[in-house]
Amino acid sequence: MTTKVLAIDDSRTIRNLLRLSLETAGFEFHSACDGVEGVARFSEVNPDVVITDINMPNMDGYGVIETLRTKDKTSVPIIVLTTESSDDLKARARAAGATGWIVKPFDDTSLVSVLRRLTGHAA
Amino acid sequence: MQPTPEASEGKTFKFVAFSAGSQSYCLEITQIREIRRWAAVTALPHTPSDVLGVMNLRGAVIPIFDLAARFGLGKTPDNERNVVIVAAAGGNTIGLLVESVSEILSVNTDTIQQTPDIKSEATRNSIQGVIAIDEEMIRVVNLDAVLGADAGIAA
Amino acid sequence: MSGQPSIRDTFFEECEELLEALVEGLADMEDPDHSKETVNAVFRAVHSIKGGAGAFGLDELVHFAHTFETVMDKVRSDTLDVDPELLRLFQRSGDQLADLVEAARDDRDPNRDIQVVVLAELQKYLGDEDEEEEIEFDAMGLDFGGPLDLTDISDDSSEPSSQMISIRFVPKRSLFENGHEPLLLFDAIAELGTLTVSADISAVPDFDEFDSDEPHIVWELTLETDESETVLHEVFEFVDSLCDITITVHRNESASEPPPAVVDLGLPEEPVAPEPSSDPTAAEPLAKPVAVASPSSPSSAASAAAPAADRDHRGPKPTLRVDLDRVDRLINTVGELIINQAMIVQRIEELDLPSGANLTNELEAYKLLARDIQEGVMAIRAQPVKPLFQRMSRIVREASDATGKSARMVTVGDSTEVDKTVIERLADPLTHMVRNAVDHGLETPEKRIAAGKDEVGTIRMSAAHRSGSVFIEIGDDGAGLNRPRILETAINKGLVSPEADLTETEIDNLLFLPGFSTASEVSNLSGRGVGMDVVKNAVQALGGRVSITSTPGKGTTFTIVLPLTLAVMDGFVISVAQETMVIPIASILETVTPNARDLHRIGLNGEVLRVRGRYVPIVDVAHNLGLERNSDSNGNGVLLLVETEMQELNALRVEAIHDQRQVVIKSLESNYGRIPGVSAATILGDGKIALILDPEELVKLNSGDVAPMPIIANQEELHHAAHT
Repeated sequence: MTTKVLAIDDSRTIRNLLRLSLETAGFEFHSACDGVEGVARFSEVNPDVVITDINMPNMDGYGVIETLRTKDKTSVPIIVLTTESSDDLKARARAAGATGWIVKPFDDTSLVSVLRRLTGHAA
Repeated sequence: MQPTPEASEGKTFKFVAFSAGSQSYCLEITQIREIRRWAAVTALPHTPSDVLGVMNLRGAVIPIFDLAARFGLGKTPDNERNVVIVAAAGGNTIGLLVESVSEILSVNTDTIQQTPDIKSEATRNSIQGVIAIDEEMIRVVNLDAVLGADAGIAA
Repeated sequence: MSGQPSIRDTFFEECEELLEALVEGLADMEDPDHSKETVNAVFRAVHSIKGGAGAFGLDELVHFAHTFETVMDKVRSDTLDVDPELLRLFQRSGDQLADLVEAARDDRDPNRDIQVVVLAELQKYLGDEDEEEEIEFDAMGLDFGGPLDLTDISDDSSEPSSQMISIRFVPKRSLFENGHEPLLLFDAIAELGTLTVSADISAVPDFDEFDSDEPHIVWELTLETDESETVLHEVFEFVDSLCDITITVHRNESASEPPPAVVDLGLPEEPVAPEPSSDPTAAEPLAKPVAVASPSSPSSAASAAAPAADRDHRGPKPTLRVDLDRVDRLINTVGELIINQAMIVQRIEELDLPSGANLTNELEAYKLLARDIQEGVMAIRAQPVKPLFQRMSRIVREASDATGKSARMVTVGDSTEVDKTVIERLADPLTHMVRNAVDHGLETPEKRIAAGKDEVGTIRMSAAHRSGSVFIEIGDDGAGLNRPRILETAINKGLVSPEADLTETEIDNLLFLPGFSTASEVSNLSGRGVGMDVVKNAVQALGGRVSITSTPGKGTTFTIVLPLTLAVMDGFVISVAQETMVIPIASILETVTPNARDLHRIGLNGEVLRVRGRYVPIVDVAHNLGLERNSDSNGNGVLLLVETEMQELNALRVEAIHDQRQVVIKSLESNYGRIPGVSAATILGDGKIALILDPEELVKLNSGDVAPMPIIANQEELHHAAHT
C-alpha cells in the first residue's frame, strides 16, 4: 500500500514542489488549495498523513486541524507547513492537534523522512 | 533541404517535371504540397500581371502566380490541362499556374548541372540548375527566388 | 529543486496572479469600510510569494516580501491603522514586489534604488523590536519549540563514540490525539542504533474501570548508538510537550541490561494489545461517514459562507492550461465550420426547395450552433483587461513620482474581456498614453489648487463592450489640450500649412502625425522617442482606431475602439467592378443611394456628394483599386459614408450592397503581402475568396497619401525590366 498524502496549501508553487518531492519518493499525492477544500478532500482521499499550510483563504490551517481532529476524529499525522517557526505558532498548532511542523522552504529529503517516520510506511 | 548543384554526394532526389511557357521545369518533390486543377481566382488589386489572384486552399488564402509570366515568357494561355502546383517555401504557401505536369523524375544530384551563363540575371537566379535528360534540358526552379522571399513577399 | 524549470515557471505564473490579487486587495482597502478578509487576502498574497520565493532561493525577494508582510500583519492584527499614507506605501511596496518578481524571472537586477527607500519606509512601521527578526531559513524545523525535559544529561553529546542512552517515555493522551504513534517513534529511534523497548503496564487499570482516553503506559527504551544525542532530540521534536521524556546518557559503557521490564515488545515486531486500546480513535472508528460541509458544524458553516462572499473577487477559479497553438488551431477549424455552414446554406438555396421545408429550420439551428461554437471558442482567447489596467496603475504611480504630480488611478469595467493578442499588444501603447496623461495631461498640484481642483489628479481608464466593439478610454482631469501650442508646433514642423483653417478636432488629431512629438515636449518621462503616431499605428494594426476629445480646463480623453475579436467581423458584402468584396460595418456611418442632383464634379476627376448641406468627397473604390468600374452598373451605385481618423467624412462608391454577414478574417499578408486598400480576405459561401476593404486606406489612396503599388510590385517592375 502506498502512503497517501494530502497537502493543503493555497500556493500552487508549494503544491507543485510537494508533489514533485513526494511523488518522487513514492507517495500517493493529493492536494487541496484551501482549508475548506482540504477538509472535503480529507474524507474523499482518506490520507495517511496531512500536510497543511497555516495562512489560507476560507479556512486557515488551525481550522483544518481542529476540524479534522474534532469532527473527523482522525488520528492521522497532520503536519503544519509554515514559513514561521515561532514558538507561538507551534504551540497554537499543537493545541489544535498538529503532529509536527515543517518550515518552508523545506528540504525534500527531510520532508520525506519526517513523513516516513510519522506514518511508518517506507513510502 | 534543397539539393544544391554543389553538393555532389550523389544522392537521388525526386523532382516533379512540368511545362511553363513551353519550357520544361521541375521542382523538388518535397517542396510541393499538391497539384490542383485550375479554378477561378479572386484578383488582387495593385499587383503585377503575373500575380493572378488568390485561391481558397481548404480555408487558407494562397496567392497564385503565373510561372511563365513570372519568367518573362508571356501569360499562360487558358487551357483545360493547366494546373496549379501548390508549393511551400520559406513559410509561405503559394500556387504556381503551369501548362501541365509531365512526370516525376528520379535525379541523382551529380547529374544536376550549373545554370548556364544566360544573360538575364533574374532568370539565372530563378533557376537553381539544369538536368539534362535525353535531348531535353529541364530547369530546376529556385522557389525562393521565384517567390521573392527576398523580393517582396511578406514572411 | 531549482533545477525544475517547469515548477519555477508556475511559480512566476502564480506570482502574477498573486500580484494581481494584491493590487486588487490594496485598491479595495482604499474603501474605509473594507472587510477584514480584504486585508487577509493582501497578506496572503505577499505571504505566498515569500513562501514560493524561498523554495527557489530568491533571497532578495524573500527579504522584501517578509518586511512587507510583517507590516501587513500589523494591520491584520489591528495594531496598525491604515491611513492613505500607509496605503500608498503598500502600493509602492506592491510595485517593488512586482519588480523583484520580474527581475527574478528575467534574471536581471531589480531596481534597488527605489527598493531601499521603500524598505526603509516599511521598516519605520516596524520599529526596533521587529527590526532584528530575520526569517530563519534552516532547511527544516529542527529547532526545539519548548523546553525538553533533558535531565541527567551527563556530558556533552557531540562525542560520536558508541553510547548507551536510556529513555523513559510517558505519552500523554494528547500525543495520540495529535496523530502520533509511539511505535513509529520507536521505529525512528531504532534506526539510530540498537533499540530495546519495554513497556511498564503496571499503571493500566483493570478492564472494568478502563479509561481508554489515558495511555497508562510507561515506556522504557535503551538505545545503543553511535549517533549524538541531538539526533535523538530530533525524533522527539514533535512530541516534546505531548509526553514526559527522560533521557539518560551512559557513555562508553558496553551494552547493558535493559531496565526491568514487564512486557518485552521486541520491536519491530507486531505491536501488542495495550497500544491500540490506548488510541482514542480505536473506540470510535473512522468508518463513520463524515459530512464535512454540513452547515450544522459551526466551523464549516462559517467557512462555507466565506467562499460565496469571496467568489467574485478572489480565490482561484478552476482553470485549465491549454497550449495557445491548440486554441488557435481550433479557432481556424471553427472558422472553416462557419464557412462550410455558409456554403451549405448557399447550396441549399440553389436547390430552390419549396418554402417551409423542414430543412430550413434545421439549417437555421445549425447556423446558430455554429455561431455558438465560434463565440465559445473565441471566448477562450478572451481575457479580462484587469491585469493590463493594474499594470497601468503602476505606471501612474511611477509617472507621478517622476514628475512630482499627484495622481490617482480610477478604473471602470476592468472585467471586460478582450482577445489575448489585443491585450498583449495594447500594453505598450497604453503605457505611453498613461505616462502622457500624467506628464502632459495633469497640471502641477499648485496649478490644480489655483484652478480650484482637487490637488490629486485623476487618471481614468475604462473598458466596455459596445455594439460589437471594445472601447477603451484613457482620460485625465487635467488642463485639456493646449490647441494653440499644438497648432504652432505643427506649423513650425511643417506638418501643416500656416494658412490652414483647422477645426478643434483636426488640431487635436495633429498629435497623431508622425514627427509631431517635439524636443521641447520631451521630458525625462514621456520623451522616449515614441510619439502618438506609434500608438495610433499599434491600434490600427489591431484593426482599431483611436480618437481624442478634450475640453479646456476639464481634461483630455483618448478613446480606442477595437474589434471584439481578431478572427471575425461583421461586414457588408458588396460588389466592386463585378468583384464581390466585404467592407467592415463598423466603419460605415450610413449608406446613401444618391440622387443625381446631390452629386457635383470638382476639377478634373473630383466628385463630391452633398449630404445635409455638407460636401463630402467621393472615393471610387474600383478606381482606387485599379479596377475597371462596370459601365453598365446601375447608375451611380451606392455610397457608403465613412469617417476617417481625422474625423473627415468620405463617401465610398461601390456598385451594390448584397448582404450583411459575419465573415471570418483570413490574412493575406501571411502568404502574400500587404495590398493597399485591402486589409484581409474572407471565404464566402461559394468557396470563393472576397477581399475585405480598408476604408481608411482607400480614402488615403484617393488623396494620394499612399503609393498605390505595393512593395512587391515595384520589385516586380524591376524584374520585368530585366527581361525585356
